Amino acid sequence: MNKQILEISNLSVSIGNDTIIDNISMDFHWKKITTILGPSGCGKTTLIRCINRMHELIPHARVSGSILLFKKNIYEMNPILVRREIGMVFQRPNPFPTMSIYDNVIAGYKLNGIKLGSAEKDNIVETSLCRAGLWSEVKDALHRRGAFLSGGQQQRLCIARALAMKPRILLLDEPTSALDPKSTGHIEDLVSELKESVTIIMVTHNIRQASRISDFTAFLSKGELVEYGSTEKLFTVPEDKRTEEYLSRSAG
Amino acid sequence: MSSVSKRLATDLLFKGVLGLATVILFIPLIMILYYIIVNGAGAISWAFLTSLPKPPGEIGSGIGNAIVGSAILICIACIISVPIGVGVGVFLSEKPTHTIAKMVRICLEILQGIPSIVIGIISYLWVVLPMGGFSALSGGIALSLMMLPLVIRSTEETLKLIPQSLKEASLGLGVPYYRTMTKIIIPAGRPGISTGIILGISRVAGETAPLLFTAFGNPFLTFNIMKPVNSLPSLIYNYATSPYSDWQQAAWGASLVLILFLFTLSLIARTISTR
Amino acid sequence: MRKTSQLSPEDRNIRIYETLFSWILKFFSVLVVATLVGILATILIQALPSFRDAGINFYTGKSWDPVFKHFSATPFVVGTLATTVLALLISIPFSLSIALFSGFYLHPGRITSTIRLLIDLLAGIPSVIYGFWGLSIVVPAVRQFELFSGRVPYGVGIFTAALILSIMIVPYAASIGRDVIALVPSDLKEAGLALGATPYEVVRWIVMPYSKAGLLSGILLSFGRAIGETMAVTMVIGNANKIPGSIFDPANTISSIIANEFAEATDPIYVSHLIHMGLILFISTTAIGLFGRRVIKKWSSH
Repeated sequence: MNKQILEISNLSVSIGNDTIIDNISMDFHWKKITTILGPSGCGKTTLIRCINRMHELIPHARVSGSILLFKKNIYEMNPILVRREIGMVFQRPNPFPTMSIYDNVIAGYKLNGIKLGSAEKDNIVETSLCRAGLWSEVKDALHRRGAFLSGGQQQRLCIARALAMKPRILLLDEPTSALDPKSTGHIEDLVSELKESVTIIMVTHNIRQASRISDFTAFLSKGELVEYGSTEKLFTVPEDKRTEEYLSRSAG
Repeated sequence: MSSVSKRLATDLLFKGVLGLATVILFIPLIMILYYIIVNGAGAISWAFLTSLPKPPGEIGSGIGNAIVGSAILICIACIISVPIGVGVGVFLSEKPTHTIAKMVRICLEILQGIPSIVIGIISYLWVVLPMGGFSALSGGIALSLMMLPLVIRSTEETLKLIPQSLKEASLGLGVPYYRTMTKIIIPAGRPGISTGIILGISRVAGETAPLLFTAFGNPFLTFNIMKPVNSLPSLIYNYATSPYSDWQQAAWGASLVLILFLFTLSLIARTISTR
Repeated sequence: MRKTSQLSPEDRNIRIYETLFSWILKFFSVLVVATLVGILATILIQALPSFRDAGINFYTGKSWDPVFKHFSATPFVVGTLATTVLALLISIPFSLSIALFSGFYLHPGRITSTIRLLIDLLAGIPSVIYGFWGLSIVVPAVRQFELFSGRVPYGVGIFTAALILSIMIVPYAASIGRDVIALVPSDLKEAGLALGATPYEVVRWIVMPYSKAGLLSGILLSFGRAIGETMAVTMVIGNANKIPGSIFDPANTISSIIANEFAEATDPIYVSHLIHMGLILFISTTAIGLFGRRVIKKWSSH
């Protein structure tokens, strides 16, 4: 039942002389939501960036260990192909400011030089926006620039943009940290629906968010994977003292 | 009390002197513009802008070949300096600590300070001598050397201000780095980069010194970049230093055309950069 | 087997383009460095025959006469120094006034932006137009003055060139001055004003002493800028190849002698001597520019 979609083994990351990730191994579950939880500076963002090799933008970052995507080591693949399989949504909404909403959704195809028929394009735009729960709000403004959208709408546009590439895994890096509570609720509902079709890995520092929507939770502290298991178990009977402390301190 | 009022009076006097000096300085500016407009407006007509120069004394002389020549020289300068300038600007903003980047920065500082007449010598030695004669190409190359530092600087400064998140968004979609740069980052910086290019053009469009022994000048109309060409600044120089009053009249007309062109450029640059 | 399956044609193309892209950027950057090295090397090599031919006499001799093959840079070094120093002396009060007026006295607003616009206009006028205006307006005026004061009425000469050059360097000098003055910490200025000092006293006792090093290097940079100026000077300096006896004499600067004689110099050694002069110009402007900017950078980082 657990197709081995993504396996991390003995992953360590250092930037200069600082160890950011210390020998982490973990498997992710097919079409489930896994959240990565931890105090700021614990390496959770670095971990998620390693999964689609976005950490390569950080100067002097060194990585050891391996990450297997469907049994293929992503560090032996071209990062571009890795990123087409593993989409990413960032902390702050970052739609392309010079493009219309329509062009933003199919940006991945356009920028990669993939030619599509106009019917096919319309289809992808509509499906992706529907899946991101944004279609009804923007269907009359598709050819306007996205600047008038609210932060939450912009973030859903970014999710639609990532979904349009039909990734098998979607990484969300604190996708609601820059949003108001109402927009946050929207995004959380959306993420819960999306797991029907895509495997989701989400970083958050919001414990309630993790408990509300995720199936599995990993707790990181100082670059170390402290505990990893079903969300229910981790939140009710944590095995490690550090998890327990973090959960009780942050919740209370 | 009296010392306070004396101090206040000194202050007022000082302020007055500063203001006066500022006003005095603008007298020559106003005079120059006045002479150009008054003398130039009389010279300009459609025939003046389109016909070729004639010997002194003959009616119907024009500056058509100089306008075409200036356009050719600016085009050559842009064709050389824009791709290289934008490329180097991208390199400097992407790899600011790279050894080559550090060397480029020092070289730019020096390049920007080289007197234009020395640039003329260089282009003469590098292009005119091997080609065996004066040419538009050698003039354009001289101008491109002067334009290049400006294009590089403005590209680098502009790209530094573009948020990293835009690059991440594109790379996160699996877009290769070179496409991210050419399709997202450079277009996002287009207003700043074009402002830099326009400022570069307005710096070189009025240059005469680097053209003296490169493009040289030519009384005829030519579109051949291997041949010498006339240009507005060279024409102004030749006519202004001639003893013939109708040539000097033409020089005022050419000055007005050149000034209007430069002001239009700076107006365009201002509109782009404030938008 | 896995490896071969990963190297799809698309993958290979992307890799090729990525490498190509970064190589082009690097190539262009190296090209810029190579150009500068090339410029320096070219001038040095081309000036070598002049070093061999004239030796130290190039700097100690007194005359420049291509017909009799006397080649000495002295008349032009003197002409350049006289013209630029005079131009600086004339322009400093104006540049400093504008810098103080728009950088300290006036609050940013309509007047400062008008001043900035006018300065930009002044900076945007091509050198050749300054020269033309100088020839038609300033030269006759100076000739009148010379007649009136009992001198030889050349009209053209060092004084005329310095007058025009002084107008031309004000925009450059004033913008450096304004930047330097704007760097004086505002709490210092406010402390002075709060003690009851008048704005003049703040300028005199706080702003000027604080920005002294910056302003001095600004003057140095303007000097470096002015010695490279060619066209306007060439048109009004009178083009006389002898050591000037007074500031009203016609003369030539290093750049104006090159502008006048380079195109018609046919003898290779004659050309080399002119390039030698280009080398002097290049080295002095570069040294002054690098030094001046280093001082300002060091000063402003305090």
